[in-house]
Amino acid sequence: MATLFQGLPSSTAFSSSNKFNHVPAPTSFSERKSSIVTVRSDARWSPVLNYATHKPQRLITNAVATKADSSLASTSSKPGHELLLFEALREGLEEEMERDPCVCVMGEDVGHYGGSYKVTKGLATKFGDLRVLDTPIAENSFTGMGIGAAMTGLRPIIEGMNMGFLLLAFNQISNNCGMLHYTSGGQFKIPVVIRGPGGVGRQLGAEHSQRLESYFQSIPGIQMVACSTPYNAKGLMKAAIRSENPVILFEHVLLYNLKDRIPDEEYVLSLEEAEMVRPGEHVTILTYSRMRYHVMQAAKTLVNKGYDPEVIDIRSLKPFDLHTIGKSVKKTHRVLIVEECMRTGGIGASLTAAITENFNDDLDAPIVCLSSQDVPTPYAGTLEEWTVVQPAQIVTAVEQLCQ
Amino acid sequence: MSLSATKFVHPITTPPSTRSSDKPLFSTFFGSNHTKLRFNKPIVAAQRRSSSAASTSSPVVAVSDVVKEKKLKSASNLLITKEEGLVLYEDMILGRFFEDMCAQMYYRGKMFGFVHLYNGQEAVSTGFIKFLKKEDYVVSTYRDHVHALSKGVPAREVMSELFGKATGCCRGQGGSMHMFSKQFNLLGGFAFIGEGIPVATGAAFSSKYRREVLKEPGADEVTLAFFGDGTCNNGQFYECLNMAALWKLPIVFVVENNLWAIGMSHLRATSDPQIWKKGPAFGMPGIHVDGMDVLKVREVAKEAIERARRGEGPTLVECETYRFRGHSLADPDELRDPAEKAHYAGRDPITALKKYLFDNKLASEQELKAIDKKIEELLDDAVEFADESPLPPRSQLLENVFADPKGFGIGPDGKYRCEDPKFTQGTAHV
Repeated sequence: MATLFQGLPSSTAFSSSNKFNHVPAPTSFSERKSSIVTVRSDARWSPVLNYATHKPQRLITNAVATKADSSLASTSSKPGHELLLFEALREGLEEEMERDPCVCVMGEDVGHYGGSYKVTKGLATKFGDLRVLDTPIAENSFTGMGIGAAMTGLRPIIEGMNMGFLLLAFNQISNNCGMLHYTSGGQFKIPVVIRGPGGVGRQLGAEHSQRLESYFQSIPGIQMVACSTPYNAKGLMKAAIRSENPVILFEHVLLYNLKDRIPDEEYVLSLEEAEMVRPGEHVTILTYSRMRYHVMQAAKTLVNKGYDPEVIDIRSLKPFDLHTIGKSVKKTHRVLIVEECMRTGGIGASLTAAITENFNDDLDAPIVCLSSQDVPTPYAGTLEEWTVVQPAQIVTAVEQLCQ
Repeated sequence: MSLSATKFVHPITTPPSTRSSDKPLFSTFFGSNHTKLRFNKPIVAAQRRSSSAASTSSPVVAVSDVVKEKKLKSASNLLITKEEGLVLYEDMILGRFFEDMCAQMYYRGKMFGFVHLYNGQEAVSTGFIKFLKKEDYVVSTYRDHVHALSKGVPAREVMSELFGKATGCCRGQGGSMHMFSKQFNLLGGFAFIGEGIPVATGAAFSSKYRREVLKEPGADEVTLAFFGDGTCNNGQFYECLNMAALWKLPIVFVVENNLWAIGMSHLRATSDPQIWKKGPAFGMPGIHVDGMDVLKVREVAKEAIERARRGEGPTLVECETYRFRGHSLADPDELRDPAEKAHYAGRDPITALKKYLFDNKLASEQELKAIDKKIEELLDDAVEFADESPLPPRSQLLENVFADPKGFGIGPDGKYRCEDPKFTQGTAHV
């Protein structure tokens, strides 16, 4: 806690050149000294030959099978193109809007302003004011409007300018979004995507720093996903739009300027799967969204200290990918959950319960869950830092867990 | 085409002498100072103008006297034909008898929970919905049985739904307050008041989108949103009035003002109880109509629906109506003044239509009795059907949680949980 961690500068630091999200190209394997490899979210990862202790495996789950994956593996020699996370979101959105004229966007300042985080920039000029609709400031009503439009054949994407504002739309999200398919006996489907930036930013104040995933997770009938890299942002956006279920896509304010290289070919990720970020042997670290980067920062330290953490970005906050998580738990027998949600009733709490219920026999130690403090996020930078989990805490937790 | 083309004139002669607002039940009346809720004298309202909202010379007022004027002009120029009259009568009788049957069945223990009956308000449902095409949308509240019936949902399916059987229109999963029908474009059935209004706005938006973005010819579906006086103090109502007027959505907001929100009198809850005035504040016509007279409602409905269909935007219609029964079957209904109830019982919409049909020789006693009998038989059949229908089996429990059941996620064994046979059996734990 006393360690000064500067956090994530919003515009730099995460360029892909030497970090963890690099998609490995076959030609560079022999040069690769780093022991960190990203496994792509299709759960296939190119075999890495530098691991002494690690056997390459093919993690193929039957459930995955999206057509794009096979084309991706075979064309991994193509370099792709580099962009920022918000541009990746926009690309995914634009591709889906071109593909299906029923896809439309509604939210505050999404049209002429281009979105408060520029995710919809240029789309209104291209698709018109009705397809990229600037709404008045009435979250409950325009969310309900999106739901009514979805029931009658459109596929709206509802943007909350900040996820926290969607608290005003809770009535519609809980009652209509989640339940209407059921109470209508399956007659109406609600293929909406509700998306927006959330999470603790840089001194944005308590109300703009909320993590709504914990409030929404109990609503039956919705799916929740959190993106963390440009690659999975675009893939999840496309998957969410194509899904027949209502999906809430959580983005993070501090991750919009992450730069990475993504494939040129079209790809759609699975909404229900987790992503293997770093395979390991000693401990399973489950995380999502911004905390992934704190974990990977801590992983560097841990590796230097001789630990081998397995890092999984759970991505699907509801439902949990119990297969990927379970396989990992069975391998390492120790679980650490690192999240930005509050301690009480957060995603970590649910995940702890789910793992205990399903994999209790595989655990050598109790699950440790590092969450943000149950404190309204303070404005002061130092205080804000202390409410959120920092890499030093993660290192300490792993050390204690592995004793 | 502005609304000044149709001249609506206020009723001058309606004496609201037996209204409860004249004799407040409590000594200090903590409520609106508008003592004359149901008007004694004509009130001129501001019509929407692009420049200013000041009161003007062309009033937007109630329609009640249009009927009288027409009748005075020529006796042969009737408002409805015989066929139309019989359709209206049958629909209102269906609504009334169905609700009475619901009450019977409830007290016999065939249906449970909250059941809100529509007795007395039939003129609004019939008057509006009988003007709609099948593709038009209706959004209602928890008092939705009769809206469902008027829109065309078979009485069998509604009754089964109320009994909680698998053959109900929502497979028994919705219940009294959640009637939906994709076939007849009934978008619900909502338990929280005001919740359906944004959904209705969305359906209207869809219609406009299909016309202007997808360029579908003939995409001119109109949406009707029904809700009560209590809802008119709710934020969602105002937010949607704004959006609908802003984007000229093809929607009609129909307020069924029955003066009471459970036990809360409209006057005690609303600073300005004249709901129709709130339309012009948002830039749409606001109309007040006698909701106990189906013919008057029809006149207004025709204009409002056609206006929406032409793409001229929304209308707010306040229907003065009354519910003869309590808020729900669980409501003892002790708060309302018996004199008020008697006054409105004297204005029963079915009696009024019957009188009109007889006076204008549009139908005979036997014809109407034949319709009564037909509806009784229909309802007996509906009850029998519902009684004999099966209860939903266990396997139905998890079927409609997600449109795409992959949403239940991936289980520990790597397969999607929905592939587990326990899901189709309904015994899996989610």
